[in-house]
Amino acid sequence: MKMFCLSFKLNGKSVQLSVQPAKLLVDLLREDLRLTGTKIGCREGECGACTVLVDGQPVNSCLIPAVKVHGREVLTIEGLEREDGVLDIIQESFISEGAIQCGFCTGGMILNAKALLDRRQEPDESEIRHALSGVLCRCTGYRKIIQAVKTASRIRKEGRGNKG
Amino acid sequence: MRSVFIPVQWGRDVEIGQYFLPGSLKEALEFLAEQEGKAKVIAGGTDIIPGLRKKDKKGRVETLVDITRIPKLNFIREEQNRIVLGCLVTHAMASNSELLMGKAAILADGARSVGSPQIRNIATVAGNLVSGQPAGDTSIPLVALDAVVTIASSEGYREVPLTEFFVDIGQTAVDPRKEILTQISFRPLGPGCGGSLLRLGKRKAMALPMLVCAITVKVNRNRDRILEATIALGPVGPTPFRARSIEDFLKNAVINSSTIAEAAEGVAALCSPRDSLLRGSCEYRQEMAKVFVRRGISQALEQVRATIS
Repeated sequence: MKMFCLSFKLNGKSVQLSVQPAKLLVDLLREDLRLTGTKIGCREGECGACTVLVDGQPVNSCLIPAVKVHGREVLTIEGLEREDGVLDIIQESFISEGAIQCGFCTGGMILNAKALLDRRQEPDESEIRHALSGVLCRCTGYRKIIQAVKTASRIRKEGRGNKG
Repeated sequence: MRSVFIPVQWGRDVEIGQYFLPGSLKEALEFLAEQEGKAKVIAGGTDIIPGLRKKDKKGRVETLVDITRIPKLNFIREEQNRIVLGCLVTHAMASNSELLMGKAAILADGARSVGSPQIRNIATVAGNLVSGQPAGDTSIPLVALDAVVTIASSEGYREVPLTEFFVDIGQTAVDPRKEILTQISFRPLGPGCGGSLLRLGKRKAMALPMLVCAITVKVNRNRDRILEATIALGPVGPTPFRARSIEDFLKNAVINSSTIAEAAEGVAALCSPRDSLLRGSCEYRQEMAKVFVRRGISQALEQVRATIS
């Protein structure tokens, strides 16, 4: 078995390590790099809890061999928090709107929301639902999650809060 | 946790001996030929990776050849009155393409229905074809558009029309152990042409289709006759289905509601879908095929502003 010299940017910092070809990105993040914010719900690309952003685009990390992110930029949910511990506007909105119960889908929801708001300043409800259609939530019934995204969009637009 | 997975048919970990990232098509094809069937092509990987976890090891390979770093394969362009898609066009790119939304909306719409945003960001349209499923959300519109694919191997290129591409469930004209589907081309829907895509699924997202029906029509200048039509459906058999005899029936047909109803009845009679726990019973899908063809022809005609008398 041939090991692969993987080099990529993770949450803004360069990372180099030797990986097995069969290592999936979600396992690399959780086990080797100890970033357990990314969750595993299905290992089939059906639940979205494992969502990370690769070059700004949401992908299911359970379906991606780690090797695939060679030379790319990866953002996990841990990467949204600033160095000084200040949370991103989207994270704050999820908290203030009560959009978190067990928290398992939250990382996936927030990262998909971030990808949406980064390219569309004021999405309407159907666009928000479409953007979040790849993450399943068994607790909240989605309503507060959608409200949180609307709130975050408004705060970002008004330029209030921290520029996370 | 490991022990939970053992009795089930899915394994937790995948097995890949080597992961190769060629920088050019030539490099990829030569490598595949050298590996003599022990390597397999991977693009997005959304079909391949879950497939590798099946315990019957049918999906297991020694080496994966990842073609996503090969430059200039993710184009969507119009040339010489054909629209051409490179094999690395993802479903996200296809659904957002202005060119496709304008001149082949049924393909853009089909691409938008696949999986979830995360899946659409990495899964390729070419991969959807190569997966050989009887009801790919992009395969059915491409079959209705009479698309042709180009398949490359270390021995050269060949072109295969989609109507000859699908062999059986999971089997196509492409051998992913030595060939790469490099591009898909078809004639755009021009003036006087309309199309429709109807899809029946259990949910609004993340759902495999129970029935997909793509229809294109071309009308005469007076917009009172259908000059020609294509009707593609799936899954109603092991491969995507073109209702050829009904297409013949519609050639030069007068546009009125009884013609459309007869066409719909005709298609339903030709379909023989199996009873399926996943996709619905035979009778239900036959009935829905009838409804979809009727609605689909009407919608396609509406697009070209042909009134149905």
